[in-house]
Amino acid sequence: MSRIAVIDYGMGNLRSVSKALENVAPDAQVVVSAEAAEIQAASHIVFPGVGAIRDCMSELQSRDLLGLLKQAASEKPFLGICLGMQAMLSFSEENNGVTGLGLFSGQVRYFKQAAAAGLKVPHMGWNQVYQRQAHPLWQGIADTSRFYFVHSYYADPDKTVEIAGESSYAHSFTAALARDNIFAVQFHPEKSQHAGLQLLKNFVQWDGQV
Amino acid sequence: MALAKRIIPCLDVDAGRVVKGVQFVDIRDAGDPVEVAKRYDQQGADELTFLDITATHDNRDTMHHVVEAVASQVFIPLTVGGGIRTVADIRKMLNAGADKVGINSAAVKRPEFVREAAEKFGSQCIVVAIDAKRVSAENEPPRWEIFTHGGRQATGLDAVEWAKKMVAFGAGEILLTSMDKDGTRSGFDLELTRAVSEAVIVPVIASGGVGGLQDLADGILEGHADAVLAASIFHFGQHTVGEAKKKMAEQGIEVRL
Repeated sequence: MSRIAVIDYGMGNLRSVSKALENVAPDAQVVVSAEAAEIQAASHIVFPGVGAIRDCMSELQSRDLLGLLKQAASEKPFLGICLGMQAMLSFSEENNGVTGLGLFSGQVRYFKQAAAAGLKVPHMGWNQVYQRQAHPLWQGIADTSRFYFVHSYYADPDKTVEIAGESSYAHSFTAALARDNIFAVQFHPEKSQHAGLQLLKNFVQWDGQV
Repeated sequence: MALAKRIIPCLDVDAGRVVKGVQFVDIRDAGDPVEVAKRYDQQGADELTFLDITATHDNRDTMHHVVEAVASQVFIPLTVGGGIRTVADIRKMLNAGADKVGINSAAVKRPEFVREAAEKFGSQCIVVAIDAKRVSAENEPPRWEIFTHGGRQATGLDAVEWAKKMVAFGAGEILLTSMDKDGTRSGFDLELTRAVSEAVIVPVIASGGVGGLQDLADGILEGHADAVLAASIFHFGQHTVGEAKKKMAEQGIEVRL
C-alpha cells in the first residue's frame, strides 16, 4: 500500500494537495508532515509549495529538511509542485537570488518578456501543456490538456532532456521536469480537475521507473 | 495557443446557503453550496468564488464548513471573500481548503494588511476586491470611487489609483465590481473594467451586471478582463458555464473546453 508524505514546511495550502491525493487514492495513507520518520517511512513524497522562494528555502533549512529531501529524491517517487518544483533547481532569481536544492541543474527566472509584452503577471489560469516525453505520469492525459497555473517565475533547466512538458506564455517555458524517480510540475494538479487528478493518480501508482 | 480566459461563477453564501440578491436586497435562495459548486465544476467552471455576505461570527464557522465540504469534492481553485480582516482569518480559510481569499473593506481600512497578507501567504492567494461606483458627471472624463459596506459607504478613493496601490502592496489579482451595474443584468461597466485592467499588471476579474452570455464575452473583448464573474445567470438555470464558453469561443476568445 502506498504511503504518501506531503512535506509540510509552512508554505501554502497543503490541504488541497492532501485532499486531492485522498480522492484519487482512497486506499493510500496520506500524511502531511515534516517529521524525518514519516518522510523515511513513506513510499511516495509530494513536495508542494506556494509563496516566495527565500521563505521556502529558509523554512526547509530551519526544519532540517534539506538532506532528508535530497535523500528521498534519490530513492523514491518524488513529485514537486509549483514552488516545490522551483526549489528543486540550482538557483532562483526571485528575492534577489536564492540557491535551491539543485536536483535539476538550471535557473528559475521572472516572466520578464511576458510582462514587457503586456501580458499579466502572475501567469494565472488554465494553460495547455505540451508533453515533451512519454512518461508514466502522463498516462491517460491527452497531450495539450489544460492545467491550472499561478506563478510569476518559471524554471529554465540546463538539460532539455529533463523537460517533460512545456507551456507557452510570451515564450515556451518548462511546465514539467522529469529524471529517474523525480517528476516536477509548475502547475497545480490538485486544482486542475480531471487532468490534474489523473496525474496525481498516476503518481500514487508509480514505482519510480521510467 | 495561450492562457484561457476564465469563467468564475460566484456563490453568495448566507448562513450556509447560496443566495442571490439584486443590488444587495431581495435575496433569493439558490441552493446548497456543495451541490451548486459540484454542478458548476461539472459544467466546466474555471474557478469558484464564495462570498460570505453576512460574515458574522456565527456564520464564519458555517463558512469554514462550506469551504471544507466543497474543497474535498471540487478540484478547481476556490476563492473566499467576505469578512476577511486578519492574518488569522486568512490562515483559517486556507486551511479549510480555499486557495485564495478576497480582501475588501479591511484593505480600505488598513492598506498595510494587504502587504502583510501577501508577505505571509504569497501574492498568488491575495485577491483584492474593489467595489466601485461612477462618480463623474456625464460630460466629465469617467472617474470611479471605491465604496465599502455593500456599496453604502463612500471612501473618496479613486478606483484606478486604488487598484494600482493594491497591486504595489502585493495583491495578486483584482476582483472588480461595478456597484452601478451589480444586479441590473445590463452588462459590465466596460469602461471601468478596461481602465483598471490596463492600469495593473495582475489579472482583473470583471464583476457586476451580467445579464446574458454576450455580456461575458464583452467583458473580455471590450473590458480587457482576464476573467469574468457571474452569479444569477448560472444559479437559476438560465445558462450553463458550457454555453458561456461556447459563446466566447465563437468570438475567438480562448477558453478551456
